[in-house]
Amino acid sequence: MSHPSRFLLLIGPLLLFLAATYLVPFLGVMRWSVTLPASGLGQYKAALGDPLVLTVFWRTLRICAAVTVGAVAAAYVVTLLWVRGGPMQRLVVELCILIPFWISVLTRAFGWLALLSNKGLINGWLQALGVLSEPLTLVRNEFGVVVGMTHFLIPFAVFPLASAMRSLDERVLMAARGMGASRARVFWQVFVPMTRAGILGAALVVFVFALGFFVTPAILGGGRSVMVAELIYLRIFQSPDWGLGAAISVILMAGVGLLLAALMRQVRQGASR
Amino acid sequence: MNVLRPGPLAAILAALVAVFLMMPLVAVIPVSFTPTRYLSVPDAEWSLRHYRALIENPAWAQGAWLSIRIGVVASVLATGLALLFSLGIWMLQPRFAGLLIGIALLPMVAPPVVSALTLYFFLISLSKVNTFVAYDTWAGVALAHVVMIAPFAVVLISVALAQVDRRIDLAARSMGAGIWTRVVRVILPNIRFGILTALFLTFVLSWEEIGVTLFITSVDAVTLPRLMWMGLRDNIDPAIAAISVVLIALVVAVVLTKTAVERSRARRQEKA
Repeated sequence: MSHPSRFLLLIGPLLLFLAATYLVPFLGVMRWSVTLPASGLGQYKAALGDPLVLTVFWRTLRICAAVTVGAVAAAYVVTLLWVRGGPMQRLVVELCILIPFWISVLTRAFGWLALLSNKGLINGWLQALGVLSEPLTLVRNEFGVVVGMTHFLIPFAVFPLASAMRSLDERVLMAARGMGASRARVFWQVFVPMTRAGILGAALVVFVFALGFFVTPAILGGGRSVMVAELIYLRIFQSPDWGLGAAISVILMAGVGLLLAALMRQVRQGASR
Repeated sequence: MNVLRPGPLAAILAALVAVFLMMPLVAVIPVSFTPTRYLSVPDAEWSLRHYRALIENPAWAQGAWLSIRIGVVASVLATGLALLFSLGIWMLQPRFAGLLIGIALLPMVAPPVVSALTLYFFLISLSKVNTFVAYDTWAGVALAHVVMIAPFAVVLISVALAQVDRRIDLAARSMGAGIWTRVVRVILPNIRFGILTALFLTFVLSWEEIGVTLFITSVDAVTLPRLMWMGLRDNIDPAIAAISVVLIALVVAVVLTKTAVERSRARRQEKA
């Protein structure tokens, strides 16, 4: 067997499969965005000029920023214990990361509904304790969406942070400690800066994932805090405007592409340093 | 020596995050025993009616069975395609390997909703020429799931291959082994564990896939997650709590078993 034919037999099937099922259909979606209902760039103009669409874009960015800060900060603390804690701490943290990680997004969103809804556990407790007379609206608004998405994305932030914390040079910490720096000072001025690449990586992963989120906002936002993915769904299935839905998808894809290109540059710079 | 052991403040903060992570999973347990037909916490009377509903309403078993079938077909196909691809990249080290891997990983990094719309376009186009692999059919869902899960298999198998010592393969080659022998007798036994992990992960991903499935099914191909979605959207059905408890129990059992097995294996290795 000659070299090129082997190449095609091994590498070809998956690439041909993805070309047929993904790349070509995506071109079809791009065609929708410039032909439905009329040909031209009208749908892009409509998307970027429609106050409703812009509100949704703005809300998506706001929610994603809040989720990124929350998830990365929470993940940093648990990862610290997972990597540097005692054996018992490690085991507990590992289970608390892995169990939610394997549970489906629907079950997790439903769990938050059970906790946060008007007849849910938190409102029930607060009312039974006499703290509240009226239930607090914790869900079907932006708060519920941010809580649910942060919960979903914490495990995804843990993995890049853990690899950054595991690979740093232990001797630098010892040197800092040996020269008399307090533990707090070693942590803030040596350890945290040395994990900067991990923090950036985790933040980008969380932000990119959050941008395309659909299920959690749809369930916990209750149709009131629509994010961009749900807007696409609504434009395709509920008030059909396929052209607009396709145009928003292309804009979203381009945005994520730019972010990923930035991530790749970061990684490459990190590698060459 | 661990010069930076986390202090009590870090431990308290981490405990708070751990509680936050586990809280919604624990919360569904009391709700699943409510005697009412709406989402509520039982006060006096606890009831098993929603667990009974899971057994008595055939839709749940049908949904679970459909999800299992789709998951098995999709994970085997995805892992097979990913295995060939990763082997090709590893053995031949083509010039544009980075670009080729990038293409293979595209469905994993693109926003799921964009993939969903793309696969919706693909399947309604296929519906015009056949009724088997089409919109709202099990084969259509399985095919779409292959697209979404294959990248994860590529990552896992490539990681496994990266740990194989190339010199073993070179030795086999220099002693006259053909490509078939090298793959089957030398490389595959070394990445066995990576392939099994890929099969398992892709099955789980297909089993719980909802973002794409929502776009490409309506009334006929109702997978388990699709059924749960329908029960979550309008009036929240407490049967969702019961099925959630069942699924959570399954995951907890698997994760605990895996952790226990890994620990005992590590201990045995320490002794040896």
